[in-house]
Amino acid sequence: MSGAGALTRAQAAMLDRFCPMHVVIGPTGHVVGGGPTLARIVAPGTMIGARFLDLFELTRPRAVQDVAALRALDGARLRLRLRARPRYALKGQLSVLPPGEAGGGAMVVDLAFGISVVDAVRDFGLSGAGFAVTDLATEMLYLLEAKSLAMEESRRLNRRLEGARVAAREEALTDTLTGLRNRRAFDALLARALQGGGGFALLHVDLDFFKQVNDTHGHAAGDLVLRVAARRMLSVVRAQDVIARVGGDEFVILLPGVWSAGAVGTVARRLVGALEEPVSDGALRYRVSASVGATLSRDHPDRTPGEILAAADRALYAAKAAGRGCHRLHAAQDGTGPPGRAHGKDTPDAPCAGGIRDGPEERGTGGARQATDAQGVAMRSR
Amino acid sequence: MNGLINRAIACFVRDSYGDPLWQEVTTDLGIDESAFEPLMPCDPDVTARLVAALAVRLERVPVDLLEDLGTYLVAQPRSEAIRRLLRFGGVDFAEFLESLEDLPDRARLAMAELDLPSIGLHMQGGGAFRVEMAREECAGLRLGPVLLGMLRAMADDYGALVLLEYRGRDAAREIIEVHLLDAAFADGREFALGGGRAAP
Repeated sequence: MSGAGALTRAQAAMLDRFCPMHVVIGPTGHVVGGGPTLARIVAPGTMIGARFLDLFELTRPRAVQDVAALRALDGARLRLRLRARPRYALKGQLSVLPPGEAGGGAMVVDLAFGISVVDAVRDFGLSGAGFAVTDLATEMLYLLEAKSLAMEESRRLNRRLEGARVAAREEALTDTLTGLRNRRAFDALLARALQGGGGFALLHVDLDFFKQVNDTHGHAAGDLVLRVAARRMLSVVRAQDVIARVGGDEFVILLPGVWSAGAVGTVARRLVGALEEPVSDGALRYRVSASVGATLSRDHPDRTPGEILAAADRALYAAKAAGRGCHRLHAAQDGTGPPGRAHGKDTPDAPCAGGIRDGPEERGTGGARQATDAQGVAMRSR
Repeated sequence: MNGLINRAIACFVRDSYGDPLWQEVTTDLGIDESAFEPLMPCDPDVTARLVAALAVRLERVPVDLLEDLGTYLVAQPRSEAIRRLLRFGGVDFAEFLESLEDLPDRARLAMAELDLPSIGLHMQGGGAFRVEMAREECAGLRLGPVLLGMLRAMADDYGALVLLEYRGRDAAREIIEVHLLDAAFADGREFALGGGRAAP
């Protein structure tokens, strides 16, 4: 492939073999020979006879404009680009052949793709035979491909593990019977709501007469009632509200952004109404009701979860004591609540109008405790 | 490492003999999915039990089954990646054979945990080669027959006509004899150095 001229045939053949990307530059700065792989890249037939500096742009060192400057680069490390193919960074080294010997006065530049070898091999369709035997290009491509495969496999593994992690986390936070959040999840959400500083309402819901359904008709009926109750409660709250099952027939509900007694009352009435609809298993209809104790975060300046849960719990007992099927709102008791409200008053401001609608008459246990704990502000249930 | 080998066996059996048979064998052995996670370690015992159970179920000699596994790994389009990585070893089949001695190092570069037994190549003239693989079980697997199957498939890949024979094993090594009859017998499959889907 080397053009005749400066080098002997044997020198040219050796260069072709050992340095398939070399260029031989004659004393005038024109290309007089070059290796087979380089010729393939430059475009066959256009390399020999062209001015080296017209074919290649030296990017380091810069400002090399003529043969004399080129000759001064004997031994230097070069960075260059093909002017026609600037995308592929080349590196190389120039050697000036001593005068008086074969090829004297000529310059040889050996070139190699640096990191651009990956693109170059693909774009020019180079094969292993296009590189010197000692060139590590093939090994580099092998390594790149092997590592890419390993990386891809690693990404797949990570995706699977992440999926499993999310599923396990979801499982750990979900009540398996109803699909609602569980106590653990709720505690975390409540803590976050308190940290966040926004206002919210917390409702404690207890199904009335559930025990009778469970005892009389068995666990299957009880489970059905719980599942239907969960679905119905979800249907009357907003997407951002959270319902958790925290005991057999006990639920807590967090209503972010709900600040007012009026809004809480509306939600509580919708909940009680939904839960009082009979539940049918195809053969029998089961009736339960619900008592709701509520509290507003603004009434708890200390914002501790225990305090807020206890307040909702006390309000729930008040609702139970007031005859069930109704709700009570825990009132602020220490004068720290917003002005314009009655503070420290346990007296209901309205009678509990809900009461027991369906199901057998049953007085709950712990009636005395409920009575003494009744600190709720009663609200009209309907 | 074992996970990788186990998954290779899983792909081979499911593609060759169907999902129901695979389900049956793994259920009988009580092996769950985690044994087939390529980047995760797993009990070497699983691989050995798997091969033994498959040989019984398929009424095949384990050595034959492992040779088929080797052929499958190279020849199946689904495992194109392995064929490509092996083709980096040489521009023709003879050079590929010479690269076998580098195979354990190449494998380690690809995956540090992949610890293959050392391989020696002895040229005996007239196109005859003797491949000797150290007799170390790799993750509970006898690799000689697998290598034999891979060599058979790689010869096809390069378009070379070869005779291959598994000469069994002695105390230290497993021996394969290769007779390269015609290096350019057929066209072989295309291989572009920069053609991997993994290339950026």
